[in-house]
Amino acid sequence: MAGFARPDSFVPVASALQLLPIRFERLGGDRFLVGNMVGDMAEMTQTELDRLCALDLAPGDGLYERAFEKLFISSVEQRAQQQLLALRLRSRLSFLRAATPLHLFVVTLRCEHSCPYCQVSRQSKDRVRYDMDEATASKALDIALSAPAPLIKIEFQGGEPLLNFELIRWIVLAAKERAPRRGKQLQFVIATNLALLNDEVLDFCGEHGVLLSTSLDGPRDLHNKNRPRRGSNSHELAVAGIQRIKERLGPDRVSALMTTTEASLDRVEEIVDEYLRQGLDGIFLRPLSPYGFAIKTKQFHKYRAQDWLRFWKRGLRYILDINKSGRHFPEFYSALILRRLLSDEPIGYVDLRSPAGIGLGALVYNYDGAVFASDEARMLAEMGDRTFELGSVHEHSYRDLVLSDTLVSVVADSLTQTAPECSRCVFEPNCGADPVYHHATQKDPVGIKPLSEFCERQKGVITHLFELLEHSPEDAAILRRWAQ
Amino acid sequence: MKPLVLFGRSPAADLAGLGAGRQSWRLRSPVNSPAGDRDAALIAHQDDWELAVAQGYTLAICRDERPAHASLSYVRLPAQFAELGEGDVLRVQPETGRVRVLYRRSSRHNFFLVTERCNNYCLMCSQPPKSVDDGWLMDEIADTLPLVDPTTPSLTFTGGEPLTEWRRFIGLLDLARDLLPDTAVHVLTNGRAFASPEVASAWAAVRHPKLSAGIPIYAAVDHVHDYVVQAKGAFDQTVLGVLRLKDRGQRVEIRIVLHAVTVPRLRETCSWIARNLPFVDHVALMGMENTGFAIANEDLLWIDPMDYREQLALGVEVLATAGVNVSVYNLPLCVLDHSVRPFAVQSISDWKNAYVAECDGCSARDECAGFFSTGRPKFSRGIAAI
Repeated sequence: MAGFARPDSFVPVASALQLLPIRFERLGGDRFLVGNMVGDMAEMTQTELDRLCALDLAPGDGLYERAFEKLFISSVEQRAQQQLLALRLRSRLSFLRAATPLHLFVVTLRCEHSCPYCQVSRQSKDRVRYDMDEATASKALDIALSAPAPLIKIEFQGGEPLLNFELIRWIVLAAKERAPRRGKQLQFVIATNLALLNDEVLDFCGEHGVLLSTSLDGPRDLHNKNRPRRGSNSHELAVAGIQRIKERLGPDRVSALMTTTEASLDRVEEIVDEYLRQGLDGIFLRPLSPYGFAIKTKQFHKYRAQDWLRFWKRGLRYILDINKSGRHFPEFYSALILRRLLSDEPIGYVDLRSPAGIGLGALVYNYDGAVFASDEARMLAEMGDRTFELGSVHEHSYRDLVLSDTLVSVVADSLTQTAPECSRCVFEPNCGADPVYHHATQKDPVGIKPLSEFCERQKGVITHLFELLEHSPEDAAILRRWAQ
Repeated sequence: MKPLVLFGRSPAADLAGLGAGRQSWRLRSPVNSPAGDRDAALIAHQDDWELAVAQGYTLAICRDERPAHASLSYVRLPAQFAELGEGDVLRVQPETGRVRVLYRRSSRHNFFLVTERCNNYCLMCSQPPKSVDDGWLMDEIADTLPLVDPTTPSLTFTGGEPLTEWRRFIGLLDLARDLLPDTAVHVLTNGRAFASPEVASAWAAVRHPKLSAGIPIYAAVDHVHDYVVQAKGAFDQTVLGVLRLKDRGQRVEIRIVLHAVTVPRLRETCSWIARNLPFVDHVALMGMENTGFAIANEDLLWIDPMDYREQLALGVEVLATAGVNVSVYNLPLCVLDHSVRPFAVQSISDWKNAYVAECDGCSARDECAGFFSTGRPKFSRGIAAI
């Protein structure tokens, strides 16, 4: 039997070591977050980071091992480390292969609610002017079905889309008739406040597999304050609607979204409890966006990113404790970020990708036939800013819209991979480009990131989740399950 | 505890007229006539001798003496030899009277040793490599595969490194595809050969419907893996090999043997697999068999499974929640954390599987992997009836 060689016979030659692309950010004090180009991150001290950058690493010192496992370093003769980075980067960008899976139809801008935070600037009357007609819907449907994605998701938006249910019915039936020829699969969702839910709607949704998504802002007083309507019964109607859908169509046919207002900030536990009480399978703690009435009524400016982060962290703590007692109840925004952090599979969320999800992730067909690059883009248009209007269903094809100069230049300008601040940000692989937000808040699709609340929120959320994953094993086990 | 005896020297044989050279024989009850010229009659009763002659068998395999009146060529099995049955395949070397069981139809753990040569020299190798010209082993396998029952659920090719002479070995896989298309064929390889696109493509071109490669990656750090396998550059080649196989749509299992060199970073290794290789088909975290080189390196390698219980639980959890199919091999349930027990598999080959005194009163014995009976078994302090 030949002898065995000692461990030091296998250490790489120091001069052959090379640094692979890394980025870093100070977490505070002597703590740094160091990341690779596919979103793996490690915590290091200043000394450790300096040694990494200087390649002052000795196999066996622990730092070498951490750096190698995270694909921060390699030896020049090795190929596997770079191959792993390359194939993972390809996976992370594979959403580009199935362009534009999401299509939003604004079937009416009318609404019977009068929410001060309304981000779409709803109208209260004039059916002729603010409802989509069949001719427009038909053209929009043809555009949607010519997108490359194999699974086309059609979401009915408003206003309150049930005010134009006849058109929803027409679009669903027409889509089902036209999709097989194009080899497309379909999914339908109605985003509704449920106030107008009736048996006819329920039967139709049951028959055609249409999902329902609603708004639930929390307990009755908070919800009804946020979402006024004649009779002050928005909450009662939403809750009754959720239960009816669960009973008639099944527990997984309805989901809810909440919007955080100033009045929500101190009440996150009550909001979560309301979701639990309604038997919902998780909650999306969502900040207010800077569009529509939210700006006009100054709702948006009533709290800042840090206020929302505090609200979210407190909510997350409460939600994690609920999960510890055995109930699977994710916070969906965390779940999205966690999937970015823990896997390379692309997520369907259009705001967390670069190239930006506008147009390439979603198209919005407005009631009047105008086509926008995202839901937020049409919200801006209702405020008089038509920057992200791509064309019209009556004049343009899918190709015209997606290859329009407007879209191509905004997507190209806002690539986080090359944008100032973003390109060297440790969070970039797990973040995304949001040119509409930055245009709306800073009049610039790239934006000055140190002044961006989007950026502040993203950094806060990702850092917090990273710390829980690293330092809080019990929470980490729950968070990893959410990412599944 | 002792492993089954599957090879030995026949105490008595009469092989006149059978010719020289090793031969594979499929055993068959003389109640039936031989299905081919490689079928030997398995003698269970004295009456069988006459029956065997009448059916036209040219060879008999027996445990007792050949009766005086019988004249059929025969091989008598050694005294402690394992029970054999219909469909099993026995290798007979006429010159020396050596016999070896190559295939047992009733077993889930049939394996063929392809070669003893290897370009790794693992610290814990249970089958220490030898630098010998043993190309005849592949001839023997080619000779034997036609005798294997085509309904056999699984078959393993092991080594040494089966891809040492990769062109010839791919030929064996082609044969397995043609003869045993329904059998899960698992090849234990160090995966380094697949760093060459030519080898990876040849493997993929076999197109056996149930072919998979079991490839060890002992750490996500180059020098740690290279040290364990005693080959500089092996980590890089092995990882590239896994990527090339997966790129060609092939099934790959990652195997990690748990010992004192691999366990300290087990959690990190599992996280690395979850992040970088989540597309592998299976990950096996395997208790070490204390035999071969593992005995020579016992001081370096032995760690009580109780001392890596927590690391193992974390590793399994990370892989399972990332959607990676993970199993724990070769460890008794009593030393595993509760969360890990559902992932434990009865993995130890039947011929070398054993249980200890503590197992007698244990309620989990029927689901438990138990112990290796080979080499110099080491026992955890955590062994206790459940």
